[in-house]
Amino acid sequence: MHTRHLGAVRRPHPRPPGPRPGSHRLIALTSTLLVLVGLLVAGTAAIAGPASASAACSGTPIDKTVSGRLVNSADDGAPVPGVEITVTTCDGEETTGETDDDGSFSIEFPAPLGPVKVSIDPDTLPDGVDLREGQATTNTLTGSLTQLSTTFLIGPDDRNIETKWDRVPGLIYSGLLFGLFLAMAALGLSMIFGTTGLSNFAHGELVSFGAIASFLLSSVAGVPFLLAVPLAVVLAMGFGWLQDSILWRPLRKRGIGLVAAMIVTIGLQFFLRNVYAYITGSRTETYEEYFTPEGKSFAGLFTYTNRDIVLALISIVVLGVVIFALSRTRLGRATRAVADNPALAASTGINVDRVISLVWIAGTALAALAGAFIGFQLGVTYQIGQLVLLLLFAACCVGGFGSVWGAVVGSLIVGVLIDLSTLVIPSDLKNAGALLLLILILLFRPQGLLGRRERIG
Amino acid sequence: MDLLTTPFHDAISPVAISYVLAAMGLNIHFGYTGLLNFGQAAFAAAGSYAMAVAIVSFGVPFLPALILGILAAVVLALIMGAPTLRLRADYLAIVTIAVAEILRLFFSTSFKQYFNARDGVSGFTDTFRGWNPYSGSFATFNRNDLWVMTVGWIVVALVCLLVFLLMRSPWGRVLKSIREDEEAVRSLGKSVYSYKMQALILGGVIGSIGGFVGALGLASVQPDSFNLDFTFIAFTMLILGGAARVLSPVFGAVLFWGLLSFLGVALSMLSGSVIPDFLLDNTRIGNIRFAAVGLALMLLMIFRPQGIFGDKKEIALDAR
Repeated sequence: MHTRHLGAVRRPHPRPPGPRPGSHRLIALTSTLLVLVGLLVAGTAAIAGPASASAACSGTPIDKTVSGRLVNSADDGAPVPGVEITVTTCDGEETTGETDDDGSFSIEFPAPLGPVKVSIDPDTLPDGVDLREGQATTNTLTGSLTQLSTTFLIGPDDRNIETKWDRVPGLIYSGLLFGLFLAMAALGLSMIFGTTGLSNFAHGELVSFGAIASFLLSSVAGVPFLLAVPLAVVLAMGFGWLQDSILWRPLRKRGIGLVAAMIVTIGLQFFLRNVYAYITGSRTETYEEYFTPEGKSFAGLFTYTNRDIVLALISIVVLGVVIFALSRTRLGRATRAVADNPALAASTGINVDRVISLVWIAGTALAALAGAFIGFQLGVTYQIGQLVLLLLFAACCVGGFGSVWGAVVGSLIVGVLIDLSTLVIPSDLKNAGALLLLILILLFRPQGLLGRRERIG
Repeated sequence: MDLLTTPFHDAISPVAISYVLAAMGLNIHFGYTGLLNFGQAAFAAAGSYAMAVAIVSFGVPFLPALILGILAAVVLALIMGAPTLRLRADYLAIVTIAVAEILRLFFSTSFKQYFNARDGVSGFTDTFRGWNPYSGSFATFNRNDLWVMTVGWIVVALVCLLVFLLMRSPWGRVLKSIREDEEAVRSLGKSVYSYKMQALILGGVIGSIGGFVGALGLASVQPDSFNLDFTFIAFTMLILGGAARVLSPVFGAVLFWGLLSFLGVALSMLSGSVIPDFLLDNTRIGNIRFAAVGLALMLLMIFRPQGIFGDKKEIALDAR
């Protein structure tokens, strides 16, 4: 019989997730496909919208103008002159005009209240110029404006496909940026898991802590933003230390089971989230400084801002320093020794409690820094934690729980994946992509991309 | 008098019944089998949405619609369980909490012609209300509430009986031994994975029945009633009553719902008079109540994990 305790020795488990009976995998695969199909259908359903037109015709006629410009996409947007356009009002009055050399038309006509029909005469189109497939020869305009505008699409549709692919570089850029922020928080989550075996369901709230503390310090207390963020990180260190010393260390001493500890983290998550909601009045706030920086185009592929570049560089440096410290310094080696085998580490003279305390401090600080940055993207709200928690777990599972590089790689993958998924599913549901990835990884490689098998159980 | 009547009303109302059933489902998962399900709300949501949409959009009669709702819960359990039940307890917890959150987003943003976004689905109660034998109201309950409560509490009693019989049976003993020592069960030649899956399905179905009762009580199904709060309130109720006891989730839920309601009433009496409004408006009263739930869950788990009636030896603290 073997039991698992918080921060106690974890023996490599004798049962690796080896080959399974085919039927179970089949069930799992089918159910995953079900989710996938559901999401795809949801995506298409969200695009379809209602259409309605009123047919009433009343009131005294007033002068209206309908204008537009015809261009041919087959000829690189060249104007199409000499095309006959006819306006029919709802009481049957017809007025005809023609496009000029610039392809523009502007037709004045008297019309009562009601829908106006604008038709193009396809026979007057120049030779070799055709209406786009699916473009009707009559557009019906509703609304009471006196200046109406309409157009007829001419030439093949080459833009829709292009715009979708045009979005890809931008989405990869924004995904990598978000992934970098996520990586800092995920690294903390992974370190805490590595040293204590605890999946911290309150980790998202530590991310919120950073955003809310930065906001309160900068916008309410009036500290300059560049000072507020470091201050928030320092506060988070204190918070991490406090959490370990008043909550987790006593619980470790009592030998609380891991499942009980996880329920405690859920309680803590619930508590903190509602405290944040109380403090912020459940509003979504924005930082006052650096909030709307100037966008710059990168070789026409995507738009970036100087702020984002600075945030990304800070994230990379912080991640690099922490990873370097873990692999090269005495303290980092001690941390990894505790992660590997706490009892053995203790017997070699490492102060396990001190190491775990430091891990909580560092983990909370990393989460808070990530939160301060994520506050730019999601707004400062008590819901950040809830939104980010799923992504953090997905990142850690994909990369491999307890693996340092795994947390970073997993975060970048999750960040890019959820942004790219907006190409096919509505952006409200983009986090579902992370869930799908999480389920697939657990089915086929439960130890994660860079994880070790025995960590899985 | 509000201080007493409102909590009493809330503690036995249709909504309370839905929490009782959710907690009983969690009891199968966590109390008896040691599975950590942080997404019970997903089962209630899947069940009640399937039922409501089947009736409203597809004209399915009431009873077949209930069966569809239960099927939805079964499918959901398969989706959640298949990737995770062979792994450590954390993974089920992670996947369930994630599925619950995604499902809520899905219901509030997709298929608006069926789910009506955050307004939710309504208009599915006609058949059920048509069977209502009551003609007048009683105390603070109207006749529709009374009917839902009568049926709801009968269902609770039946589920209690079912759980009692199941847990006495050899099947139930296998579940409990999985909670105690999975390896030992495996060495006896039992398929732990299959038993865990059956437990997940059973508890999920009970949760979805809770969803039906809540939906019939409110006469609507809304995505926001199935947020994470739902699951954690049910969890706290279960721990308060004491896990792995047949009746304790019932008792825990009624007691807890009464206390939570009492706190709400007491705070709203204080707001505006004793405590200024900017410190305690209606939203903030909700925040304080739920923060108290979180605190209660932590403290219970730390100081009295067996709750009021449970046996400490039977709490699955070391379950995998």
